[in-house]
Amino acid sequence: MSDEALKELGDYIGNALGAAVVKTEIAHGELAVTLTRAALFKGIQFLRDDSTTHCEMLADIAGVDYPDRAERFEVVYNLLSVKHNHRIRVKVATDEDTPVASIVSLYPVAGWFEREAWDLYGIFFADNPDLRRILTDYGFEGHPLRKDFPLTGFVELRYDAEQRRVVYEPVKLTQDFRSFDFLSPWEGMTDVQLPGDEKAVIPLAARPAIADKR
Amino acid sequence: MATTNVATEAGLSLSAPSTQGEVQIKPLTMNFGPQHPAAHGVLRLVMEMDGEVVERADPHIGLLHRGTEKLIEYKTYTQATPYFDRLDYVSPMSMEHTWVLAVEKLLGITPPKRGQYIRVLFAEITRILNHLLNLTTFALDVGAITPALWGFEEREKLMEFYERVSGARLHANYFRPGGVNLDLPAGLADDIGAYFDTFPKFMADLEGLLSENRVFKQRTVDIGVVSAADALAWGFSGPMLRGSNVAWDLRKAQPYDSYEEFDFDVPVGLTGDCYARYLVRMEEMKQSMHIIRQALDKLSKTPGPVKLNDRKVTPPTRGEMKRSMEALIHHFKLYTEGYHVPAGDTYTATESPKGELGVYLVADGTNRPYRCKIRPTGFSHLQAMDFMSKGHMLADAVAIIGSMDIVFGEIDR
Repeated sequence: MSDEALKELGDYIGNALGAAVVKTEIAHGELAVTLTRAALFKGIQFLRDDSTTHCEMLADIAGVDYPDRAERFEVVYNLLSVKHNHRIRVKVATDEDTPVASIVSLYPVAGWFEREAWDLYGIFFADNPDLRRILTDYGFEGHPLRKDFPLTGFVELRYDAEQRRVVYEPVKLTQDFRSFDFLSPWEGMTDVQLPGDEKAVIPLAARPAIADKR
Repeated sequence: MATTNVATEAGLSLSAPSTQGEVQIKPLTMNFGPQHPAAHGVLRLVMEMDGEVVERADPHIGLLHRGTEKLIEYKTYTQATPYFDRLDYVSPMSMEHTWVLAVEKLLGITPPKRGQYIRVLFAEITRILNHLLNLTTFALDVGAITPALWGFEEREKLMEFYERVSGARLHANYFRPGGVNLDLPAGLADDIGAYFDTFPKFMADLEGLLSENRVFKQRTVDIGVVSAADALAWGFSGPMLRGSNVAWDLRKAQPYDSYEEFDFDVPVGLTGDCYARYLVRMEEMKQSMHIIRQALDKLSKTPGPVKLNDRKVTPPTRGEMKRSMEALIHHFKLYTEGYHVPAGDTYTATESPKGELGVYLVADGTNRPYRCKIRPTGFSHLQAMDFMSKGHMLADAVAIIGSMDIVFGEIDR
């Protein structure tokens, strides 16, 4: 779809849903609509039932963790219209404690996707009839895809020959996991403040120590 | 086992229960898998049975969960590609395909034509590989051994092409953002062409074994029927959706990598049962063969590079690296730091042999993905197991699992 057609579609959704739409973005030939959490269910219901949007299929639900934001999680719904051959991405923000409305009654396929987001991120979906863990082990603790969950995890598993069963133990590593920082100050692609850089920004006259010497 | 409460004469004389003469059978909970040859991997299916009839099926998945999405967040874009081979390990290159397309979309690059044709060629070989495995093991599940024996021989020949082009039979790591790793070795195109001259004969043999086989049809016709509306609501894709009479193929609807230049048909099943899905896959293999011939023809007319000539994304050749300092520096930088992908997000999907495989990729401008959500195909199919098998016999549940084409590498990730 061309960007004009996507813009038209985005404007149409914006007009129809009014204040429920926080933001509409078009990038890489894809349309993304950010909705308020309160209006999520109604918004998706509209996108499914309206004859212009007509998204009869929910392709995917993805959780994303942005720990720096006030509401750290983003839930991303990827909707697909087979009839009109377009995709609409719906985003909604939430945090650890605030539930998001479940859309299982709109799309039955959402059931497992919501379970997955709950399992991996701890995003709570209100009214999901079966919000159990899905991918992690029975009795697993924590939500592994959160950015503050270490890659190595907290426990490891081994077979204990004496007890003749599998046992959990705290992770023991001979060497700590090394995460290399490749952020390069030379390329100008990052807006990271490196130590010492602040001197370049502040004008000479404004620096108190140097000004006193003069 | 089931407990049977039969009102006995002694019981009658004592308390005279109202269920006189009735036989009550408690629903029986049965564990299917995780180690079961018909479970196609590590599926644990907890079923509530009324005698031999399935009342409820609750698939427990995650036994092959390796945390692929988490691992990818800690790797560079180049290092993430091999993880995709290990998702659906019977169609590795199709998995890579979605990934490289997603990265290319964020980078804003398009590979040269020859690279695109090679990708199409191998994506279709992969489709045949996948369908050969699925159809023959499906037949094995419902009682036919010969197709599996014959099919695996052909699979081995196709995997030889994989090996010749990438060095590995399974985990190829051949598709790269910006094209493919290396050009086809000399003679490979001819050998693929020669192989597909013999392939119709094999297809005819396979069809002769199964399509009109009475036992096979008794086990698959009218089993696991899914209507078109249900298939869409449950997020079906690929042959599962087309088997339910929805003509939807991403290669046609949202073409990628020059698929719009290829002439092929999208087969559609009318009945939505296991047999329709079998027929769709059978026809897709023939269409893939058709695409492969066209791709070989186009490749013979399209010389040129197979990957983008942009040293900031694609590494230089080995020979160049030995002679040029610039090339050596680029090589070193690409294999240590990798390339930086501009911030943004995309949902990119391709028509993998099993259906829509999507990647929701969030980049934050660094050399590592911020988030990579993989949309597996079998995940939503398996979720529908409960409603598809309800009211069917236990043996039919096996046929339904077989027709779903599930592989746990991609479902559990």
